[in-house]
Amino acid sequence: MGTAEHISKQFEADLDTTRTRVLQMGGLVEAQILAAIQAFATGDATLVAQVIENDARVNGYEVAIDGACNHIVVKRQPAASDLRLIMAISKIVTDLERSGDEAEKIARMAAKIHEHGAHHAQRFPAIRHAAQIAVKMLRQALDAFARLDVASAAEVLKEDSELDAEFRSVLRQLITYMMEDPRTITASLETVWVAKAIERIGDHSKNIAEQVIYIVKGTDVRHTSFADIEREIAKD
Amino acid sequence: MDTSTAAVSARPRIQTPVREGRNAGAVAPSELKAKLKINGLNFYYGGFHALKNITMDIPERKVTAFIGPSGCGKSTLLRTFNRMYALYPEQRAEGEILMDGDNLVTTRQDVSLIRAKIGMVFQKPTPFPMSIYDNIAFGVRLFESLSKREMDDRVEWALGRAAIWNEVKDKLSQSGQSLSGGQQQRLCIARCIAIKPEVLLLDEPCSALDPISTAKVEELIHELKSDYTVVIVTHNMQQAARVSDYTAYMYLGELIEYDVTDTIFIKPKKAATEDYITGRFG
Repeated sequence: MGTAEHISKQFEADLDTTRTRVLQMGGLVEAQILAAIQAFATGDATLVAQVIENDARVNGYEVAIDGACNHIVVKRQPAASDLRLIMAISKIVTDLERSGDEAEKIARMAAKIHEHGAHHAQRFPAIRHAAQIAVKMLRQALDAFARLDVASAAEVLKEDSELDAEFRSVLRQLITYMMEDPRTITASLETVWVAKAIERIGDHSKNIAEQVIYIVKGTDVRHTSFADIEREIAKD
Repeated sequence: MDTSTAAVSARPRIQTPVREGRNAGAVAPSELKAKLKINGLNFYYGGFHALKNITMDIPERKVTAFIGPSGCGKSTLLRTFNRMYALYPEQRAEGEILMDGDNLVTTRQDVSLIRAKIGMVFQKPTPFPMSIYDNIAFGVRLFESLSKREMDDRVEWALGRAAIWNEVKDKLSQSGQSLSGGQQQRLCIARCIAIKPEVLLLDEPCSALDPISTAKVEELIHELKSDYTVVIVTHNMQQAARVSDYTAYMYLGELIEYDVTDTIFIKPKKAATEDYITGRFG
C-alpha cells in the first residue's frame, strides 16, 4: 500500500468514497442475509417482502460502484496498489451482489416452506448454525477489506471448509428426514436450497477474502492451496 | 493436489500455472543477454553528483524505460551511453558502461563511431535544414560510401522502417522542416536507424507530439525492438507501461528499482516506486 496520500486530493476522495460504498453495500447484504434467515425461522411474510424489495438496493450498489471504478480507471489510470484495489473492488461487488441474490433466494424459499407448514422448518438449528458461520465469514471478509488485513482474510478462507462441512451435515440430516417421512420431501428439498444458498454465501465471502490478499500482497491466490496462500501471506 | 488443499475444501482445485494471469512474470532483466552493462557509474556536473553508483544491465533487443521525476538523472544516464557529455569539459563520468566488452566511459574509440552504434533521438524533433532525403543520407555518407542506387534504397529502407515512407515518398526533396511534428520525429528516428545502430536512445520522444503521432511512434518502438536495443526516457508513465519490457525508476540520481514493467506497475517492491507511480507524496 502507498505510504502517503495522493497528490491529487480528488483521486484520494474518489478512492475513499468507492471503498466506503463497498462497505455500505456489504453491510446491506449482511442485513439481508440475517433478515432472510429470520424469515426462514419465523415465516414472517413482511420480512420476506422486505428482503425481496431490498435486493434492488443491493443491485443498485453493484452498478454504481462498478461505474465509479470505470470512472477512476478512465480518469486516473491507476497503477500498483490503486490498480489492484480498483480491480479487486470490481470483483468484490459481484460477489456481494450474488450473496444478496442468495439472501433473496432464502427469503423466497422461506415463504414456500412456511406455506407447507411451519413444522418443516424444524431443521432450523443446523441451518442457523451454518448461516452464522456464513455471516461471520462475510463480516470478517469485509472487515479484512476495510483494514486491508491479510491475516483476517486468511481466516475466512479457513472457515470456508468449516461451512462446507456444515452444509454436508445439513444435507445428511435432511436425507434422513426425507427417508423417515416421504411427505416432507417437498419442504426438505426447499430447505436443501436454503442450505446451498448459505454455502454459496461462504464461497462468495472466500472470494472477497482472496481479493483482499490480492490488494495487499499483489498475488492472485485464487484456486491455490491453503498452504500456498499461508506461505504467500508470510512473505513481507 | 496436496493434502492441504483437501483441508480447505472437498472440491478439487485446479492449480493455476505460475506464469499466467495476474501473477504472470516475464524474465528478470538480469537473466537476459545484456547489451549494455553498467557498473558503478557515477556522473558529475562540475561539483554536482548527478548519478550515484548506478549498476544495471540493459537487455539486448528489448525496450527499457527510465521513469522518475525531473532532475532524477534519467536523461543524464541516457546521455552517458553515447558520450553526449563529452561536449562539456566540466562534466565527467566514472565507472563502467560496457558494450561488447568495451568500456564506453574510458574507451579511446572515436565519439562519432560510438554514436553510430548508439543513436539518439531527442525530445524536440531536430530535422536538419535540408531535404527529407538528405536528412537520412547525411549521416550515412559519414560512415559509408554508397552508390546513388544504394543510397536511394537505404533512404527508402530507413523511412519505411520508421513508418513514414508512405507519407513522404512523393516529397523527398522538400525540407524536413516542412513536416508536422510527429512526422519530423519519425524522420529523426529514420535518420538514426539509417546508419544501422545497435542501440537506440529515445529521450522523451513523444512529449511534443499529439496522441496520434505518439501512437505511431510507440508502434514504431514496438517494431524496432526486434532489431535494436531501445532505451527510452519518458515522463509519461502510461507510455512506459505501454512500450517497455523493463522499467527503471530513478530518484535523486539513484536507481531505486529496476524490474519487469508489469511488476513495476502492478506490484512494485519498493514503497518509493509505489508512491511515485501512484502519484503520492513520497
